Amino acid sequence: MTPILQLRSLGKSFVTGNHTVQALTNITLDVAQGECLAIVGESGSGKSTLANLVLGLITPSTGEILFEGAILPVRRTLPHRQAIQLVQQNPASALNPRRSVGASLRLALDVHGIGTPRERPDLVAQLLTDVGLPAAYASRAPAALSGGQRQRIAIARALACQSRLVVLDEPTSALDVLVQAQVLHLLDRLRRARGLTYLFITHDLGVVRNIATRVAVFSKGRMVELAETGALFTAPGDPYTRRLISAVPVITKEEKIMRNTLGGLQ
Amino acid sequence: MSTLDIRNLHLSFKLHSGLVHVLHGISLSVAKGERVALVGESGSGKSVTARIVLGLLQELRGARITGHVAFQGQDLSALSPRARHALRGTAMSMIFQDPTSSLNPVYRIAPQFREVLARATPGISMEAARARATTLLDEVAITEPARVLDSYPFQLSGGMNQRVMIAMALANRPALLLADEPGTALDVTVQAQTLDLMRDLVAQHGTSVLFISHNLGVVREFADRTCVIYKGRIVESGPTEAVFEAPGHPYTRALMAAQPRITGGGLPEIAEADSRFLASAVIHGGLA
Repeated sequence: MTPILQLRSLGKSFVTGNHTVQALTNITLDVAQGECLAIVGESGSGKSTLANLVLGLITPSTGEILFEGAILPVRRTLPHRQAIQLVQQNPASALNPRRSVGASLRLALDVHGIGTPRERPDLVAQLLTDVGLPAAYASRAPAALSGGQRQRIAIARALACQSRLVVLDEPTSALDVLVQAQVLHLLDRLRRARGLTYLFITHDLGVVRNIATRVAVFSKGRMVELAETGALFTAPGDPYTRRLISAVPVITKEEKIMRNTLGGLQ
Repeated sequence: MSTLDIRNLHLSFKLHSGLVHVLHGISLSVAKGERVALVGESGSGKSVTARIVLGLLQELRGARITGHVAFQGQDLSALSPRARHALRGTAMSMIFQDPTSSLNPVYRIAPQFREVLARATPGISMEAARARATTLLDEVAITEPARVLDSYPFQLSGGMNQRVMIAMALANRPALLLADEPGTALDVTVQAQTLDLMRDLVAQHGTSVLFISHNLGVVREFADRTCVIYKGRIVESGPTEAVFEAPGHPYTRALMAAQPRITGGGLPEIAEADSRFLASAVIHGGLA
């Protein structure tokens, strides 16, 4: 089966003043349909640049991106934008504060021409139910919702246009730990039910361990390791990955033992 | 005598819509040289507690504070605003979450360092301040203190700025350090180094620390004692080891269960609010 997303020798450099910053160097990566691929790295590793390239917000300096087997054009068409959607880190700033959450969801349906105008109120209600919120929340303003509820709305909006690939950029790092667990559950359930593919960008290895199917570790614009999640945590191949795992603050004895074992391999 | 002793602290804010209760009788103490963590989620009241200790909320109109806060045996509410101001930056100091926004972007590090040192030594000369700052930066493992002192905050990395902040916070050898989510804005490898450094330094100087965080892992590694706060109440407290190994309160248990583990095992789905979270406090070892 053709991978849903293929990155071929992808590179991106930014020119600032008189020097060039190489943000991403020679990334070749296939993302399979239905998987949750975590992109892990510290600040400056290039993970957000990668997200922006996939979303078509910036253009690659070198290489190309294939979506469902076809090269993505520099100027994306509506079907491309419909198929690849984004959920951002901070749901408070991702939603228009002046617009009810129902109107925000309705806008996505209108823009992408999903359903007939008469069906759309029902589709909005269905979207809210899908993300575990009462349909009556459609009339609420984002400010009347908690952080976790707002993130559910942002997820509903990303799914409104029947997207197939969702870029999740630190979707739970602004949330409290109990709410984070709920939102991660929701994301996992939706992926399985709808056959969605996720690019899950995060710096939190605990989250990665529990949600990702595969992990790509980025450092200074290069992909240093790509592995199945279980294998990455039990036998990390790259010294940088080991250093990353051994720096995670942990709470249980089992985690401490695992971390120290990996740290000792350095 | 404890460095910090908080007894039955209540806080409410007077708003147009009425009185909002934020703290419902917090009690905790930090002994000399002890590292105590106050751990809770957003809105639990952990940061306002630190602000009351610093004497910042007392000045805010609309804030109603009752209860007893004693710093080195001295009742803070009995002090004048001027006397409380004199304590800040000398006998007690604070480190904030984001080091880069805590430093003034339009001044180099050296004059900002001098300002800190002048809180304890008024009129300290630039030369004397530089010499002292060099020693202090050396303590936080900064290898080129001269270059750092001549830099603007934006020319330094986040980890470097955080180390500068730690050096400044400990410059006047405070008895109490308040650390509000230090390291949260940093990368995980830098965060680990920063916490190690901070732990060594406070141990060396016998500084007491009130450590505020939402990150259970960080608390587990840093604190001697842990107090879990939920909706303005301390629901569990005790030696860190006891709280983490045998959490007794339903809320603490929920927090621990929801923490994603690097050993895997999935995440349970837990309600974010539960009437059992309001159960009475679990105190390990008898003393709060």
